[in-house]
Amino acid sequence: MPESTTNLDLSQKSARVELMSGVAEEPGSAKPDPMLTVDNITRHFGGITAVDVTHLEVQRGIITALIGPNGAGKTTFFNLITGFDKPSPGASWTFDGQGISKTSASRVARAGMVRTFQLTKALNRMTVLDNMMLGAPGQRGERLLSSWLQPLWSRQEKDIEDKALSLLERFKLLEKKDDFAGSLSGGQRKLLEMARALMTDPKMIMLDEPMAGVNPALTQSLLGHVESLRDEGMTVLFVEHDMHVVRHISDWVVVMAEGKVVAEGTAKNVMAQQAVVDAYLGAHHDTDLGDDALLEDENFAAIEAEAQQESEGRS
Amino acid sequence: MVFNRKKTETDTPAAVAEDEVAAQGVTADISETAAAVTAAAGGEAGGPLLSSRTREMFGYVAWGLGALIVLIMLLAFVGVDLGWPTRVGDNMLDQALDPQTAAVAVAVIGLNIHFGYTGLLNMGQAGFMLLGAYGFAISIVEGVPLLFAVVIGLLASALFAVVLGVPTLKLRGDYLAIVTISAAEIVRYVGRATTFNEHTGGPQGIEGQDFRGPVTDLSFFGTGNFDIGSLDYILTGANSWWMRAVAWAVVLLSVGVVYLLVRSPWGRLLRGVREDEDAIRSLGKNVFAIKMQALVLGGLFGAVAGMLFVLPSSVVPDSMGRTLTFYCWTALLLGGAATVFGPVLGSILFFVVRILVTGIADNTVPDSVLNTQQAGQFGWIVIGVSLMLLVIFRPQGVLGDKRELRFNA
Repeated sequence: MPESTTNLDLSQKSARVELMSGVAEEPGSAKPDPMLTVDNITRHFGGITAVDVTHLEVQRGIITALIGPNGAGKTTFFNLITGFDKPSPGASWTFDGQGISKTSASRVARAGMVRTFQLTKALNRMTVLDNMMLGAPGQRGERLLSSWLQPLWSRQEKDIEDKALSLLERFKLLEKKDDFAGSLSGGQRKLLEMARALMTDPKMIMLDEPMAGVNPALTQSLLGHVESLRDEGMTVLFVEHDMHVVRHISDWVVVMAEGKVVAEGTAKNVMAQQAVVDAYLGAHHDTDLGDDALLEDENFAAIEAEAQQESEGRS
Repeated sequence: MVFNRKKTETDTPAAVAEDEVAAQGVTADISETAAAVTAAAGGEAGGPLLSSRTREMFGYVAWGLGALIVLIMLLAFVGVDLGWPTRVGDNMLDQALDPQTAAVAVAVIGLNIHFGYTGLLNMGQAGFMLLGAYGFAISIVEGVPLLFAVVIGLLASALFAVVLGVPTLKLRGDYLAIVTISAAEIVRYVGRATTFNEHTGGPQGIEGQDFRGPVTDLSFFGTGNFDIGSLDYILTGANSWWMRAVAWAVVLLSVGVVYLLVRSPWGRLLRGVREDEDAIRSLGKNVFAIKMQALVLGGLFGAVAGMLFVLPSSVVPDSMGRTLTFYCWTALLLGGAATVFGPVLGSILFFVVRILVTGIADNTVPDSVLNTQQAGQFGWIVIGVSLMLLVIFRPQGVLGDKRELRFNA
């Protein structure tokens, strides 16, 4: 548990609510103990400004959701802070007290901020176990000069394997350990990617749409895993489109639209903010899009009429 | 079946839909779904192109061909005289043991580290060979002791790898392919330029007898001839048992080194880079350094191969041009990329099968249709066509694990 929050047990919901209750629900608000602080990060693609975040703090030890409509710049923002993309000059961000604005993606990962990808990057033609073992940091056997002398690394290799196996067991992938990662289902690959990220012993894990393309049963177990990471003291930042998921597990929500952070707050309150409704959720954010009733003719007509009214009202 | 999908199509909606099917436990249809996906993707190798019966038949043909090759060589070895098949068998046997075949095998072992394990497209392996050969031969001509001459050859090749790698390894794979093929050509043209005639000998190159001495001096085989079966060579000299012993010993040593390396965590890292660089980067590994290590190491094998290649003959720049690079690639794909023994088997098969095809064509087709010279060209055509068939129907090569590496990696 981090120092400045030692008096609070963040695995308790009440403690998290108490922690965040003092935080102003406005874009760029200061957090009691930020893990990640970002300043003036911008990225242009030609004439388009994909990301333009002036200030953002991510609280340590809780789950923060990053939401926003398509093209809001969430993934680009992820790429920028994890070193997979370079921002325009002037940006600076610190992670756990150390400046990481000038470092490469691999250094960012070594500093303890590890990410997953929207399009899952399982190493398809390697076994699940090999995938996992690649994640372990500081392997002696990965140095060319000592790699051919097995006695130099066999003990460390054994430890890494044990760690990988216990993680696989936790993510219910143990019986798949000798299968090629490409043979896993989409959801299992997401689990594998998350488990592999944990092999690096991160302080903060960044999940880019962890639930995309995953069936409901697996979503439930993925959510459980994300929550248990938080309960172990890890900081989680994740991008997600599914509002049920966001409401269910996030302790804090950051909303991006057109590259900017437009709102922040608890999941319950942030949805009500006008900026969010305007930017993203529209009038139907409480409607379950999976509800078949929406497709019935009279309902559909009613919604259409409402939408018509709305657009007239705006213009 | 799921492995049949190309990397790039892994996240297409069809694939995602298929994943969901699998996740819900409906696994019975999965192979059909995958086959449909691959068929839709433009006919991936394996599934829909051939019926299983045809595939089975091709399998028998391949085994039959393999048995035929071994049989002909065996008969020739024990000296059963069947007329022209025996002569062809003799040639095949001679070629299979040739020191230059061994040299190509070592070059392919290096290329295997590049392409098979790391996914680097090195289209200039002959350039690495040529640099190694020049470094070695010129040093010896200048009076440098053997060991240092070898080191100079290795250094030349390593430097070449670094120079090529620094600007290209941060970019996409295709750039390395373009840069290596041009750089290899530059090396060859510089080699054959008359400007440096004094050292390189220009297009004529450096005579083998000028630099072979220190190697043949090491021989403890003695002098005279030695024959076993139909094989009959001098013990020490250019085309000798000693050269064969040295060359194949180096092949064995190289196989051993690669075996140790690729089963280590370092080898795992190489395969990880081959699969997805960004994923490896996100795990905190220095991808550039790993790729550079692989490029240099494979280049060093190339340099050794170059030295072995010129020892029994001479350093002629034009004998180590694009064609040799393409032979190496063919041998690699034939034997099986990302396997330890594939490069060796592939190199032997590549040369032996060509002699078999040429021999059969020359001796069975009347000269009015196909004379000896044309039969030789016909052999190359068959090699080309078989390479195409190979990458379509058996992209993993003879020894490869179909699941691990597909040609489109």
